[in-house]
Amino acid sequence: MTGGVALRDRTAIAGIGQTRFGRGLPESELELGCLAVAEAIADAGLDPSEVDGAVIFSMEDGREVQLARSVGLGDLRFFAEVGYGGGAGCATVGLAALAVASGQCEVAVAWRARKRAAPSSRPWARVEARVGGDFQWTRPFGLLRPVDEIAMLTRRYMHEYGATRDHLANVALACRKHANRNPRAVMHDRLLTREQYMESRWISEPLCLFDNCLETDGALACVVVSAERARDLRHPPVYIHSYAQGLPRQHQVMTNYFCEDPLRGPSHVCSERLFGAAEFGPGDVDVAQIYDAFTPLIPLSLEGYGFCGRGEGAAFTEEGALEWPDGRLPINTSGGGLSEAYVHGFNLILEGVRQMRGTSTCQVEGAETCLVTSGEGVPTSALLLRS
Amino acid sequence: MSRSLILPDPADPDSAFFWEGTARGELRVQVCGRCRRRRHPPRPMCPFCRSAERGFEVLSGRGRIWSFVVAHPPLLPAYAELAPYNVIAVALEEDPTLRLVSNLVPGPGAAPGEVDPAGIRIGEPVRAIFEPVEDVFLPRFVREG
Ligand SMILES: [Zn+2]
Repeated sequence: MTGGVALRDRTAIAGIGQTRFGRGLPESELELGCLAVAEAIADAGLDPSEVDGAVIFSMEDGREVQLARSVGLGDLRFFAEVGYGGGAGCATVGLAALAVASGQCEVAVAWRARKRAAPSSRPWARVEARVGGDFQWTRPFGLLRPVDEIAMLTRRYMHEYGATRDHLANVALACRKHANRNPRAVMHDRLLTREQYMESRWISEPLCLFDNCLETDGALACVVVSAERARDLRHPPVYIHSYAQGLPRQHQVMTNYFCEDPLRGPSHVCSERLFGAAEFGPGDVDVAQIYDAFTPLIPLSLEGYGFCGRGEGAAFTEEGALEWPDGRLPINTSGGGLSEAYVHGFNLILEGVRQMRGTSTCQVEGAETCLVTSGEGVPTSALLLRS
Repeated sequence: MSRSLILPDPADPDSAFFWEGTARGELRVQVCGRCRRRRHPPRPMCPFCRSAERGFEVLSGRGRIWSFVVAHPPLLPAYAELAPYNVIAVALEEDPTLRLVSNLVPGPGAAPGEVDPAGIRIGEPVRAIFEPVEDVFLPRFVREG
């Protein structure tokens, strides 16, 4: 049997929940997580005492022990965590699905709560004065922030394949247009023009302000149950058709310059198993939620997930291809990390669910399949959802 | 947060040879003690032959710019003072798949912000120099010729 097929459509996302998004929200990360998880369980029509599985980000501040005591979860029989920040989102849901499909638990929750708006909370700003390990090869020279690390790959990508700032702007503008239709998006009321993009200040050349995701406080959660159980619950099931992780050989997190082919990112590895286990290919994906901490991750991911060939991701963004409603592959239809909220990509998962339920504010008509991806440039994960 | 640059920790046993090298004006890369293949960053086992025996080789310090960024604030205080400054990735002459992250500077004792970013080109030939900062020597690069 082909790898990954055993999970196909065996589980479903039955409930979703989220808090409001903003900067400087008064609640702690734990409280935000509780609010999102409680809402997701209620959305599924389940009682918190029925939850017996939990999967979290390794970075999560509010651990499952604390959250379970607050929300009143039942006896947990499966609990796990996934590392690598933005790469973890789809894997928390995928791990929940594996646990449910294998019978380790029956109702699993996955969530992410994050408060990033305070400058003191940025991990790159907490670097010690002396560093060993991977950081010693980059930090002393001023390659400090995630944006610097991705800018290095972006410059090389532009050089090798002729990509331009206009291509990156295509990504930023598509996400903003979608956010402008989504009342919950942080950038709902803020229009963005190509001129504003081109004139904005540099952060790390070749990346400008609008190539960077937002800094957002908020939390999101979802509930995973078996497909059979989901069919008896409140909403139409959103099936987890396929799930995969990817950590390429010789990979170095965020600074993948120390291998033979730095532009072959984790999405290439993840994609092989993801689509290898699926009944459909990239050409059959109706809508995609692609991890967008930085605009260049979109062309890199479009290549990795097989929507186009190596070096063709930038050109793929032309002629409104990423924009709802008429583009050939609308992406990040709630605004994504660039314009809805940056909660380590978990909002992309919920938007994927809404597309499959038919309730997005940029609903792709008749959408039956959705790709959701987690971070590119870090060990990653992805889901194929099906209605 | 201190106002000094972030510096390598000399207590990291896997990389001590590298920083001992820069203090002597040498650009060293790790070499497998058995199959003699080079690798960077250093690590405890050879991914090609699984040998834990390891030494180093002194390279020419020459290479070409593989990519670069120009960093602007917000940055940590010690770096914000230097901004905008370049950070380059250099593909080393002996094996272009071996790359170092560093800075392009106009000469010894100069800051990376003193190079006009508009003039930096991918593919430019560069050469390592070794710059004292507190108790370590950082490899930085100058234009070749
Ligand atoms: Zn060896």
